[in-house]
Amino acid sequence: MDALLLQLLNGLDKGGAYALIALGLTLVFGTLGVVNFGHGALFMLGAFCAVVMQKILTLSEKVKDESVTFFDAYKEVPYLETWFGETGTMIIDWSVPISLFLVIPFMMLVGWALERGLIKHFYKRTHAEQILVTFGLAIVLQEIIKANFGANPIPTPAPDIVAGSANVGSWFGMGDNLVYPWWRLIYFIFSMIVIFIAFAFLKFTTFGMVVRAGMQDRDTVSMLGINIERRFTIVFGLAAVIAGLAGAMYAPTLPPDYHMGMDFLVLSFIVVVVGGMGSLPGAVLAGFLLGILQSFASMNEVKSILPGIDQIIIYLIAVVVLLVRPRGLMGRKGVMED
Amino acid sequence: MKKFFANQWLVMLVFSAVILTMPIWLSPIGAGYPDLLQKFMIFGIFAIGFNILFGLTGYLSFGHAAFLGVGSYAAVWSFKLLTMNVLPAIIFAIIVAGLFSVVIGYISLRRSGIYFSILTLAFAQMSYNLAYSVLTPVTNGETGLQLERADPRIIDSLFVEPTEGLPLTNFFSLSLSGYEGFYFCAAFLIIGFFISLRIFRSPFGLKLRAIKSNQTRMQYTGFSTKPYLLSAFVISGMYAGLAGGLMAATDPLAGAERMQWTASGEVVLMTILGGVGTLIGPLLGVGIIKYFENIFSAINENVLMAAYSGLPEGLQHFLVTVSSPFVGEGWHLTLGLMFMLVVIFLPGGIMEGFDRIKRLLMKPFSRNKDAVESAEEGH
Amino acid sequence: MKLKLTQSRRDFMKTSSGIALAGAAPMFFMKNAWAEKDFVNNPGDGKSVTLGFNVPQTGAYADEGADELRAYKLAVKHLNGEGDGGMMNTFKPSSLKGNGVLGKKVEYVTGDTQTKSDAARSSAKRMVEKDGALMITGGSSSGVAVAVQAYCQEAGVLFMAGLTHSNDTTGKDKRRYGFRHFFNTEMSGAALGPVLEKEMGKDRVAYHLTADYNWGWSQEGSIKKYSEELGWKTQAAVRTPLGAGDFSQYITPVLNSGADVLVLNHYGKDMVNSLTQAVQFGLRDKQANGKDFQIVVPLFSRLMAQGAGENIKGIYGTTNWNWSLEDEGSAAFVKSFGAEYGFPPSQAAHTCYVQTLLYANACEMAGTFYPPEVIKALEGFEFDGMGNGATEYRAEDHQCFKDVLVVQGNDNPSSQFDLLKVVQEVPRAQVEYPADMLGGELGPYEKS
Repeated sequence: MDALLLQLLNGLDKGGAYALIALGLTLVFGTLGVVNFGHGALFMLGAFCAVVMQKILTLSEKVKDESVTFFDAYKEVPYLETWFGETGTMIIDWSVPISLFLVIPFMMLVGWALERGLIKHFYKRTHAEQILVTFGLAIVLQEIIKANFGANPIPTPAPDIVAGSANVGSWFGMGDNLVYPWWRLIYFIFSMIVIFIAFAFLKFTTFGMVVRAGMQDRDTVSMLGINIERRFTIVFGLAAVIAGLAGAMYAPTLPPDYHMGMDFLVLSFIVVVVGGMGSLPGAVLAGFLLGILQSFASMNEVKSILPGIDQIIIYLIAVVVLLVRPRGLMGRKGVMED
Repeated sequence: MKKFFANQWLVMLVFSAVILTMPIWLSPIGAGYPDLLQKFMIFGIFAIGFNILFGLTGYLSFGHAAFLGVGSYAAVWSFKLLTMNVLPAIIFAIIVAGLFSVVIGYISLRRSGIYFSILTLAFAQMSYNLAYSVLTPVTNGETGLQLERADPRIIDSLFVEPTEGLPLTNFFSLSLSGYEGFYFCAAFLIIGFFISLRIFRSPFGLKLRAIKSNQTRMQYTGFSTKPYLLSAFVISGMYAGLAGGLMAATDPLAGAERMQWTASGEVVLMTILGGVGTLIGPLLGVGIIKYFENIFSAINENVLMAAYSGLPEGLQHFLVTVSSPFVGEGWHLTLGLMFMLVVIFLPGGIMEGFDRIKRLLMKPFSRNKDAVESAEEGH
Repeated sequence: MKLKLTQSRRDFMKTSSGIALAGAAPMFFMKNAWAEKDFVNNPGDGKSVTLGFNVPQTGAYADEGADELRAYKLAVKHLNGEGDGGMMNTFKPSSLKGNGVLGKKVEYVTGDTQTKSDAARSSAKRMVEKDGALMITGGSSSGVAVAVQAYCQEAGVLFMAGLTHSNDTTGKDKRRYGFRHFFNTEMSGAALGPVLEKEMGKDRVAYHLTADYNWGWSQEGSIKKYSEELGWKTQAAVRTPLGAGDFSQYITPVLNSGADVLVLNHYGKDMVNSLTQAVQFGLRDKQANGKDFQIVVPLFSRLMAQGAGENIKGIYGTTNWNWSLEDEGSAAFVKSFGAEYGFPPSQAAHTCYVQTLLYANACEMAGTFYPPEVIKALEGFEFDGMGNGATEYRAEDHQCFKDVLVVQGNDNPSSQFDLLKVVQEVPRAQVEYPADMLGGELGPYEKS
């Protein structure tokens, strides 16, 4: 029973992460009609914001290790620690949450620049061309990161205070076996909040209303004298910020490397398509569905009956859902069907 | 110009001449060695086949590498079980890939647009993941399926005495490594190109294009599109199987990586880069991507130094420093930049570039006629 | 009467050159075909020889590949008599003269394996067919090593494997033309066993997470074998897909499984991720069965340790070589590598450097580049001064036998490179196994 509950918890956690990672993709799909193969690269850039923030905070005085004579080896003492002592150590410890303050403006800027400089010219082009240009973009971003940070993953730990596991079971009076890492719980709550904000923004503000109207019929909205172009820029910026936030917060779980975006690209597409193109609630639902079923499929009991099921479960779900529901869980008719 | 393209025999003659002389005209740029020439041919077949589906019907499959992979496995098993002669292996590769694509195509074609793409992607990824791990007894997993001396090779064992080492693949006594392998693959490419040319100009091809431009209208007229789509899918799957079979024939090893989504993505990129729906475009895309992968990646500082050796030393070092991020380990960067530049400036891929050059050159001669023509074509 | 259907390489070269003549194909094939002693890429009277360095330059192992390439360049320098000579000064018995190999200057070409078998073979073929490489070396995974090694056997070109740890490379898939200096999973298990017993006791319950492909299974098998010999129980061995990214669904069941040791049979990015996440789940601080919960990572490298950061502290594993070793050979190598690049070499760099020197030395010993003679010179070759103590290239399977290092993540590193602490240099005798244990067949000396 505990094992099942734990896997359920794990599934929810994964689901939240999947939904958050895919959220920006579905926004851009649904509003701008652009197939963005560069989405994974935006996720990766966000994670590297955390790396950069950590590097800035740990700028160090280098104390030479005299025992090493053949080359210069240093023990690094961060300036923050020398200057502020305990407080400095704590600031460094919190580098990942602090990096969010870098992620938001930086990703907004990246999103704005990409939309104005590149994506905007591709609204009317074929999906094939959108794929080629955004894929090229992803490779270029990736290679720039690789040239500056190398190919090796870079450890970016979460604050010490949330290291280790929380005794979730005891909160609900269910014994001590139900423990789960703090950071993952935080990620889950974070993803729910971000998703909710994005959802509310599109659903309940005038801005969101106009964007949704623009999705249906861009020409009419433009004729009403509304600057739909500018709003589309903001939507792309928003998608970039969400992808970046998802990446930065994921850094403690998955030490960032230049290729991590590509690794999550297929997964994000599957989440978006299973949820239904352009549907935010659909993406969230699909995220949870995929996460929970993946967790259960990975249990030893299941694997002993169906060997290898955990390796293909994501794709299997995609096939089944798309065959049963032609436009994914909550897709609208006519979006991206041609 | 128009007349020239209308005569398909003339086109085939020129095409064959260009392909068969590749070892000569590609060697000045360092690409005239057997392995890369073979890869040009094999991926050319793959891309031509892919273009029959994507270029004509607009259905973007993201899982075509699975057919190529299955084809290679079938071919290597034929080497292991029957004979080192490549003919049965290639036939098997085509048949198995064809059957596999019937199944996947039948299911995936129930959806269109991105939903179709994701279905094909899902099937291919399942094949890849299973081949890499659980299906290891059949695929030999990560290492890839290889020949072994102890393989039965039932047919060969009747006629040929076993060699001391591993036997080599052959096409009745013709060895398939080196340039022979290239000419062997080239023959298939030429045949494949011819078939694709015929399909493009047949009523069948016309119907496929009609599906692309408006499927709903076709269906309203009581026309069932599914059999046509499925035929196109299976034909392109068989092309992929042929490519996989040839890959195994020239190099008897079949690995699971061939089926990964990145491999499927590669053929998509090749086709779009060259020009979707054009006959030659996909081949150009293949040439460029494979050239980058094999030649650009091999340029290191020494090579650069040598390339700029005629220049003054300061300039030489400067140029080496400037160019080195784009070659060797940076070849991905150059590739990515090229994808972007091509698609930004040449919607329609590299073929569009040729069209523009052609129009530019033609202008002084037949200003009026061509202007009308290109307006009609609606470029 | 039975025909001999398969063509010999000689025939192939002849037909090739025939076609080359007819089609006016590139010159290099003709040059080779008309040379007096008949083997692929015979340098003949040329003033230089070309080696092919085939390393991952893109993908997850790009950093490891870059380090391998650095080592190769250093080795070429030393062979050509430039620089301080590095291990050339400590390697014995050495026939190297510091004037290239057999008096010919060493040159090299590079290529990208992408850590994919197909790409690696294509790259190797380019080196052989176009660039005239006499020997191929490098790589950072076993799949690639096995694939390239098989090609080299076909082509009649020597392959000096880089980083490859699976038993298969010199076991089931061994080849006459392939040689491996790096150790393997069998040796890791044999070396790690006694240390685990000493540090963790005989009464332990292990839970394996294993990368689901050949190397992972091989690693899982040997750790199981040696830990169960100690009396450990294996609670479960769970296969995880390669490149899973998030391993939480596999780590979750470990929590209440009753196991008190987690063995991560992962390498590269998988290992960095699974270890980071296992620590995130609090496994390193956990108590189980009244003991401290332990994590074991059978194959370590410094680059991976760097990626895992703090999480590596206190964790046991094995490695082929570490720069902190103080023997003469290691010191000489670290010194010249450090002087050249400003940081210490990785184990991948070390094995690649050594392999290049060993190949060159074998050519000198044989007095020719003719591969069968070079192979015979390498087979059974005993040497010392290369950083792992007295070492032997076993003739039966082309595997080097030498001391293996058991290491532990350093709790209190004195510098940014000081990540692994050598716990024990396990003597060669303890990790040796009979040559026929892993099966396989080397094949013929002469190209068929």
